[in-house]
Amino acid sequence: MEERIVNIKIDGKSFQAIEGQSLIEAAKNNGFYIPTLCHFKEIYPPLGTCRVCTVNINGKPDTACTRKVFDGMNVEVNTPDILDNRKAIVEMLFAEGNHYCPACAKSGDCELQLKGYEMGISATRFPHLFEERPRDFKSERIFMEHNRCIQCMRCVHEVKTNDGDRVFYFQNRGHNMLVGIDYEKEKKLTDQQVLDAANLCPVGCIIAKGKTIAKPMGTRRFDTNKNIKWIEGTDLDIEIPKDGKKKIVATTSLAGCFGCHMSLLDIDLGILDVLELVEFNKSPLTDIKKFTKQCDIGIIEGGVANSENFEVLREFRKKCDIIVAIGECSIWGGMPAMRNTIPLKDCLEEAYLNSISSENGEDIIPYHEDIPKLLDKVYSIQDIIKVDYYIPGCAPNADHIWQMIKNILFGTKQKVEYADFKYD
Amino acid sequence: MNVKEIKNERTQLLNYLWEFQNAKGYISTADIRTLSRELEVSWIEIEGVISFYHFFKRKPTGKYSIYINSSIISKIKGGDKVKEAFEKELGVKLGETDPSGTFSFFETACIGLSEHEPAALINFMPFINLTPKKVANIIKHLKKGGKLEDIADKIEDYIRYKNDKGEAILFREYKEGEAIMNLIKKRPEEVIAEMKQSGLSGRGGAFFPTGMKWEFAKQSPSKQKYVICNADEGEPGTFKDRVLINQIPGLLIEGMITGGYAIGASKGIIYLRAEYRYLRKKLEDTIQHFYNIGLLGENILGKNFDFDLTIMQGAGAYVCGEETALIESLEGNRGGPRTKVYFPVEKGYLQKPTIVNNVETFCSAARIMELGSEFYSSKGTEKTKGTKLLSISGDCKKEGIYEIEWGITIQEMLDLCGAADINYIQFSGPSGNVLSKKDFNRKISGEDLVCGGSVMLFNNSRDVFDILTNLSNFFINESCGLCTPCRAGNYLIGKRLEKIRNNGATMEEIQEIKSWGQVLKDSSRCGLGKTSTNFITDAINKFPELFKKKALKNKEFDLSSALNDYYDYVKQN
Ligand SMILES: Cc1cc2nc3c(=O)[nH]c(=O)nc-3n(C[C@H](O)[C@H](O)[C@H](O)COP(=O)(O)O)c2cc1C
Ligand code: SF4
Ligand code: SF4
Ligand code: SF4
Ligand code: SF4
Repeated sequence: MEERIVNIKIDGKSFQAIEGQSLIEAAKNNGFYIPTLCHFKEIYPPLGTCRVCTVNINGKPDTACTRKVFDGMNVEVNTPDILDNRKAIVEMLFAEGNHYCPACAKSGDCELQLKGYEMGISATRFPHLFEERPRDFKSERIFMEHNRCIQCMRCVHEVKTNDGDRVFYFQNRGHNMLVGIDYEKEKKLTDQQVLDAANLCPVGCIIAKGKTIAKPMGTRRFDTNKNIKWIEGTDLDIEIPKDGKKKIVATTSLAGCFGCHMSLLDIDLGILDVLELVEFNKSPLTDIKKFTKQCDIGIIEGGVANSENFEVLREFRKKCDIIVAIGECSIWGGMPAMRNTIPLKDCLEEAYLNSISSENGEDIIPYHEDIPKLLDKVYSIQDIIKVDYYIPGCAPNADHIWQMIKNILFGTKQKVEYADFKYD
Repeated sequence: MNVKEIKNERTQLLNYLWEFQNAKGYISTADIRTLSRELEVSWIEIEGVISFYHFFKRKPTGKYSIYINSSIISKIKGGDKVKEAFEKELGVKLGETDPSGTFSFFETACIGLSEHEPAALINFMPFINLTPKKVANIIKHLKKGGKLEDIADKIEDYIRYKNDKGEAILFREYKEGEAIMNLIKKRPEEVIAEMKQSGLSGRGGAFFPTGMKWEFAKQSPSKQKYVICNADEGEPGTFKDRVLINQIPGLLIEGMITGGYAIGASKGIIYLRAEYRYLRKKLEDTIQHFYNIGLLGENILGKNFDFDLTIMQGAGAYVCGEETALIESLEGNRGGPRTKVYFPVEKGYLQKPTIVNNVETFCSAARIMELGSEFYSSKGTEKTKGTKLLSISGDCKKEGIYEIEWGITIQEMLDLCGAADINYIQFSGPSGNVLSKKDFNRKISGEDLVCGGSVMLFNNSRDVFDILTNLSNFFINESCGLCTPCRAGNYLIGKRLEKIRNNGATMEEIQEIKSWGQVLKDSSRCGLGKTSTNFITDAINKFPELFKKKALKNKEFDLSSALNDYYDYVKQN
């Protein structure tokens, strides 16, 4: 059939495109990026499961992947509402599953993580569910980590044995849906097909067993590859306030690993410049244990795992005008929240009674009124107090942190570059 | 079932699964192996289909499977007491089977008997107007070895209102074959023109113009086309299709023949929800009768027009009422809605052009053939012609079916059914709208408030949060799971609603639900997700006082309950 060229509009600009072409493709050809997750260019008809590519078409919301170009098509890709809508969908996926990126083999090469970066997600508007989903080691070459599955359907649709039999298929429905694997059919896949399946999975749910990652995925600041140009960390080019008054900063580490604090120190000699501008009050950096005055800003690392964290956090809210959450732990629980899907009793018994290092016949779980009491799960600090700003990452990069703090304290408006935002 | 009877036809999968399920009360691993071998599909795929449907079980169930309705109408009519009575008589909790393997007890979404609640199905036979005492008698009878058929209820259909000047459209006297006699005098184009002129629009709730849908299907050059009747009637509170099938099955069949003739299809399928299995015999007998009198089969009335009709039974999934999910289900798959890359009229059942219409739509189409489009379109309003069946249930004197003309007000409807003191109306089902007193002067019509059929009435004594929680759970349980906003969103909204109910949310957190709801509305893959948050958004808007009372002034964290687990544990040790 002859190709017909038609007129379309994207965000107010007019273009020509081939009638019947996928809107995603047509937009891409004209320099418009529409984010997608489940979309895989070889699969037709498109899967249309994640809904991340929602746009407005002639005023009505619809998914770009499932729509074909027609004459007079008027598409809005980047209105504030649409951008927020897409962001909400990605946030839902983070809240629904259990994503501990630092412990995930796919980190750095994960399409969900990438959407998080692209959309600038710092804290999800939805409380994380922390519901345990199975980890299935039963098949010979594939490990299924259902906590990370985003139900995109790629594997269900694409992965077949040479006889044309499916290996993956959805089980149950709704909130309980998961991808089942046919152990017998899995045996019939070639090693290459197993690898292909793992690569097809946009996240770290299908893992090919025993295939260690030979080289790091993606690129990082400290790579020696000279072809990558990083934006250099910006100097703290702030005038010292005329009145000589420094801003007062307090920091604390609740249920965190101190990694975020280490990152704070990562600006190296820049810390000397910082000290020209700010004065530290209560903080592990100064070892000042008690607040001695009201502070301009309180930087919180870590979530709330026990009664002491809770008290400290509440004091910070009182003593600091602005509260900034840094790192995933304070934002939603992070790595310590791995315990949230496990009953507290099992956690305690594993830690004190049944672990490899506990002695035979160990029967004491420490208890004293001075020991902080464990909460039923690790809470994000926003569950407990009002938080003014979030700096995501695990840990966030030093430049990212200081750039933000500077912006907040001195009203500067410097952009945080992608390279600083990306932490994997 | 006998392995030899299994043909390698995927479209038969649901039928085979039903045979296994009915024979033993569950589907065994051996059954799955058999099906996997004979149909040449992966074992995991069969498991995936089974686990999609509510009524297929992988673990043995008792000789009697009892399904009690979990809908809000059942609850307000004392459903919880009835549930407790079952649990007491049987000695089991929901989801369990008694040790003797005689009884299994489950809950299920609305079973389409809202005017007779509390109601339950036992081995898919209806038991209505249940009370604890009636439950005790039923169980006693069955324990003694009495027959189920002997005590199953006969359902009375209450047709409470129709035009009193003899101008009703659906519930007038049925004269067998009248529609077909008029049909065959016309050419297919003329039939479609007549449908368009009548102004008939889809009665399943989406109100798509029927004539236009048929025209699209007719235009396709494909030799094979299909006519499908959507008798899945899953919207809680609706029972009009049940009554139509029970009262005038012939009219439905004539409507389907009309559709087949108009678009050039030779095959029709009625997708009957499993909950209506007790209507199947009647429907089958009527179909057989139509074959006998030459209105179905080959060369109907010598007009060189063939039309065959079969029935397929669903297996418990509200979403299968969505037309593309229904088609997937008919093809032997999980009932997940398709993307709208193709419409059923382009590529439907087995990728062939297909029209899917509601029971009431087909019945109306048959009446249009019989009475003419002019008569039909003389009723109703500008945008919505003809009449509409409402299934009214809940707090009123006369629950039942009302054949109204479009254009009457909510207040007129309330007067007709003898409802007083109404505080909350769930209008057009859980996917529809919430109405409060302020809406009583609004008109039921395409210009103002459309209604797919379900009207649930609640008076001042009802706790609005009971209603909202019930509807929220309905959507959580019935979401197919294919798309993010509906799968994750409804669950997250359910959690937030729980928090509000427990006085744990601020006004900001309450209002936030509305913006979450908008995401589902804009981005969900099918109508289920798109409409699933109407009720909660409406409720927040229409009952602000109620939410204000629940709202926290400031964010508060309940430290002592977060420490409960810890103290419970250390105290024990
Ligand atoms: C979740 C969902 C459930 C539905 N359930 C039904 C149903 O039970 N019966 C029905 O006729 N239509 C139902 N529909 C509407 C159908 O998708 C479709 O629009 C209808 O069958 C078309 O027939 P009509 O044009 O005659 O109304 C449902 C739609 C959705 C999104
Ligand atoms: S799948 Fe992606 S988002 Fe999830 S934990 Fe792994 S890297 Fe992080
Ligand atoms: S396992 Fe991976 S590919 Fe398969 S549905 Fe889940 S996220 Fe998608
Ligand atoms: S966010 Fe990461 S680096 Fe920071 S405290 Fe938590 S685990 Fe450590
Ligand atoms: S909206 Fe809900 S029911 Fe519809 S496809 Fe999405 S998950 Fe399935």
